[in-house]
Amino acid sequence: MIGWKDIPPGMVILEAGSALKVKTGSWRAAYRPKWIEENCIHCLLCWLYCPDNSVKVKNGKREEFDYDYCKGCGICALECPGKKGKKAIVMEEEVK
Amino acid sequence: MTKIVAVTGNEAVANAFRQIEPDVCAAYPITPQTELMQRFAAFVSNGQVRTEMILVESEHSALSACVGAAAAGGRVATATSSQGLALMWEILFIASGLRLPIVMPVVNRALSAPINIHCDHSDAMGARDSGWIQLWSENAQEAYDNTIQAFRIAEDMNIRLPVMVCYDGFIISHSIERIEYLEDEIVKNFVGEYKPLYPLLDVENPKSYGPLILTDLYHEVRKAHSEVYKRVPKVVLEVAKEFEKISGRKYELFENYRLDDAEIGIVILNSAAGTTKDVIDEYRERGVKVGLLKPRLYRPFPYEEVANALKNLKAVCVLDRADAFGGSFGPLYLDIAASLCNFSQKPILINRIYGLGGRDFMPEHAAEVIEELKDIAQTGKIIKLKEYIGVRE
Ligand code: SF4
Ligand code: SF4
Repeated sequence: MIGWKDIPPGMVILEAGSALKVKTGSWRAAYRPKWIEENCIHCLLCWLYCPDNSVKVKNGKREEFDYDYCKGCGICALECPGKKGKKAIVMEEEVK
Repeated sequence: MTKIVAVTGNEAVANAFRQIEPDVCAAYPITPQTELMQRFAAFVSNGQVRTEMILVESEHSALSACVGAAAAGGRVATATSSQGLALMWEILFIASGLRLPIVMPVVNRALSAPINIHCDHSDAMGARDSGWIQLWSENAQEAYDNTIQAFRIAEDMNIRLPVMVCYDGFIISHSIERIEYLEDEIVKNFVGEYKPLYPLLDVENPKSYGPLILTDLYHEVRKAHSEVYKRVPKVVLEVAKEFEKISGRKYELFENYRLDDAEIGIVILNSAAGTTKDVIDEYRERGVKVGLLKPRLYRPFPYEEVANALKNLKAVCVLDRADAFGGSFGPLYLDIAASLCNFSQKPILINRIYGLGGRDFMPEHAAEVIEELKDIAQTGKIIKLKEYIGVRE
């Protein structure tokens, strides 16, 4: 924990990508997104719309969710066009 | 070569803006600030400055755009009055909390309701604890000089805080006075090239503004923030010294007018101080030892210096051009009383509210106060602690 003498002016964060340190996945409460790979057309809309860092992409292809950063907001499931009317992301009840 | 001109207060401040040429100016018109921004907008459209002028849909947006532009790394200015300042309220704290050195003339005007376009200080007084530095100006010359100094104070690397330059609506903003303009080159050299701190446009070094800070750190952040204000008076005095070298005009934290040997005194802000000084001169000729203190740096308030200047007087009247409804006294009175309260030797204080909504402050009002102070100094008795003056029964 830093004391008041170490506070930078205006609390500007000078370290790039420091959000990685805050695992916002702990905020997820009732629902988590599930990726159904066979319905995925790799349009990456989920990656674009996700407010955090939870949709992983490798070589232009969508990969599994990183639940460490997923808040369960459901935006990706809403935006996902899927294939032939079948969603590639669905929200499921969180198993405790 | 100084140029002597006859211009309005708004014109003088617009000219200071032209000489300084901020990178970005986002503004919304409001009486009595309108003439200032209209004149500056003309400089922009005539190509006399390269400032990017952003015309927004409200004052909330004006200051929001200023915050963005300042975080991006630009020298930024705006201006407002009254309801406009009230609408900026939310963003005022963001500008100061993020330590963005925005300069904003506030052309003082009464607040609604009832709607009124004329001068009082309730607008700037309402924002006095928003973390902005406040410089108050008696006349157009002071408004011009304070505006130029405001950029240096705001941008000082030890400070980096926004600054309001207050001057009285219509009385100063729209009256034509004799002004000494400095040469463009001299002003440009005085303010110097803008040095950004943590500019967002420096994309090689990414950074984030405005993080969420909760119970684990917010208290420390505020303590650190409060420390910055302790450094302001010294910088204000240093800048004033340098300004004196280019202008010959002397500025301090406040004006001490015939106070040193005074027995009674008046504390008053802005244009009414001019009238009061004339009346004081008349009383001095008759041997009455009266003086005046006119705050210039009102935020942060230089408590110690003000108290030392007043503590040996017998009686002092603080004249407020704003009331604090439901509170005990006017805002300026509260600051003066708080400055003096721990001294064993201190004057008897009274508070008078004057000039709301542009009501003229006349020499007879100042005389009335001096007569009352003479009685208090003699008898030690206060008849009324707080009262409106110049009000019809
Ligand atoms: S939005 Fe749906 S279809 Fe597009 S990449 Fe994401 S999961 Fe696949
Ligand atoms: S539920 Fe929300 S946070 Fe989680 S992956 Fe989808 S968009 Fe991102």
